Amino acid sequence: MISIQGLSKLYKTKHQNVQAVDDVSLNIEQGEIFGVIGYSGAGKSTFIRLINRLEEPTGGHINIQGTDITNLPINQLRKRRQKMGMIFQHFNLLWSRTVFDNIAFPLEIAGISKSERQEKVQELIDLVGLKGREKSYPSELSGGQKQRVGIARALANDPDVLLCDEATSALDPETTDDILDLLVSINEKLNLTIIMITHEMHVIQKVCHRVAVMDQGKVVEHGDVLDVFVKPQSKTAKRFVQQLNPLEHKQDSLKRFITEDESTEVIKLHFIGNDAKRALISEVVKTFDVEVNILQGSISPTQEGAYGTLYVELNGNESVIAETLKFIEASGVEVEVIRDVK
Amino acid sequence: MLSEWFPNVVMEDMWDATYETLYMTVISVIGTLILGILLGLLLFLSERGNLWQNRLINSVTASAVNIFRAIPFIILILLLFPLTDFLVGTLRGPKAALPALILGAAPFYARLVEIAFKEVDKGVIEAAKTMGAKTHTIIFKVLLPESMPALISGITVTAINLVSFTAMAGIIGAGGLGDLAYLKGFQRRDYDVVVASTIFIVIIVFIFQFIGDYLSKKLDKR
Ligand SMILES: Nc1ncnc2c1ncn2[C@@H]1O[C@H](COP(=O)(O)OP(=O)(O)OP(=O)(O)O)[C@@H](O)[C@H]1O
Ligand SMILES: [Mg+2]
Repeated sequence: MISIQGLSKLYKTKHQNVQAVDDVSLNIEQGEIFGVIGYSGAGKSTFIRLINRLEEPTGGHINIQGTDITNLPINQLRKRRQKMGMIFQHFNLLWSRTVFDNIAFPLEIAGISKSERQEKVQELIDLVGLKGREKSYPSELSGGQKQRVGIARALANDPDVLLCDEATSALDPETTDDILDLLVSINEKLNLTIIMITHEMHVIQKVCHRVAVMDQGKVVEHGDVLDVFVKPQSKTAKRFVQQLNPLEHKQDSLKRFITEDESTEVIKLHFIGNDAKRALISEVVKTFDVEVNILQGSISPTQEGAYGTLYVELNGNESVIAETLKFIEASGVEVEVIRDVK
Repeated sequence: MLSEWFPNVVMEDMWDATYETLYMTVISVIGTLILGILLGLLLFLSERGNLWQNRLINSVTASAVNIFRAIPFIILILLLFPLTDFLVGTLRGPKAALPALILGAAPFYARLVEIAFKEVDKGVIEAAKTMGAKTHTIIFKVLLPESMPALISGITVTAINLVSFTAMAGIIGAGGLGDLAYLKGFQRRDYDVVVASTIFIVIIVFIFQFIGDYLSKKLDKR
């Protein structure tokens, strides 16, 4: 649906040139929630602002549903922007307008008649759960409510894509979850494509289907969220995955279980999707003459199913352990034998 | 009692002069509002990184504004004599003061307007852009409403300056309370007329201040 080819943005200032976005190519499918994660200064905001040309690209092309956005003259670009909603970290509502009038604003811009506006705004207010607050001013709302107004406003002209730049970064964890739930339900209800910028892996885990990891203007890794979680390739991705589940990666505590002794092994099991629900450990204990000592484990739900890891210690005959490992692998669960700790 | 304290004050003259002062102030406030907002908009929009970014227009407007602001009002009136004669056809009376009043106050107000626009949240302007808003929509539906309280408190300050400008204009024959205080008071050594005119002027200033504060507070929903 959105195809991005060789997208680049070079900022030239007096003192230095900054390659904020560096030759990014991505395809974003209709109806998916696509996450972009990266540390501060990675170029995420620049990237998303290039998509609706709030910033002019210095290279590359963006094609949205067959239209090359990069070559659109300004008057056509304005028309096109009406079909691209955007929500912001700091909401960017007009303080001089009520909730109702804020949501009506994009409809006014699109030249929708007053009676149609009335109807549409009411519908949106119901959708985002702000019934009864129509006449409030933004200053009378909480952060979460403000973002709901922002979302309603972004959806007013029935966009085909929603751009979110750190939409939850100014909110507390609970409100963040509420807003993320709302975005997921809108994605499902309207089959709306959402591009989500964030620096929190938690957000990616909770709502995204696919993710791109950005570092210094480049996409260093992209793919299904689950794949990136289970097998992060780049250093940046690894750090983000660790941020999500610090326990799993604090392997120091495993150190004392790891020995040269051939009759005990520490292994890490990855459960993905439906595997996570299997009673694998009890199967192992029943089938083989090994002792299983559970060290630590965790499970993280994602949009594409759950992802769990489990560290266990196996005690038994060397050959039995080898057979056990084969059995586990054959059952589709990934096994990693931990020999030393970083 | 009033005639005891103010033996030389003729109430009819006072009301006529008050009417002239109000006439000059109100018309020049309207003129200043229009010219000042236009100039302020031009200053703001032509600034670097804004909608009509243009160095030449920005520096020409800024210089014009600065030059007019630097000229003392009393000298501006004298300088504008030929223009006034051409526009109004006379050099005497309240009408004759209007060009100088507007040109004297508008540059000052233009700077206040520019500051008011600069204080509008950049993110809100950007949000309007992402909705596909044209420049005139951004001006009329974002910039002006979002800066309204500051525009109103700015015009209040300017209106009060204009009341004192009208008094100065009065001394060279524009009419109004300043004229009355000078001709019928000061020159005849009837100081009670000067005091009475002052009281009237102060009341007018208070009324402007009150209306301005009320409106700007009422409109501010931040
Ligand atoms: N208008 C600009 N002029 C010059 N350089 C800029 C401009 N905007 C951004 N940059 C630079 O581009 C780089 C990427 O900035 P960007 O805002 O896209 O990062 P980000 O990933 O969104 O970071 P954050 O998480 O802090 O929002 C930074 O080095 C920044 O300094
Ligand atoms: Mg950013």
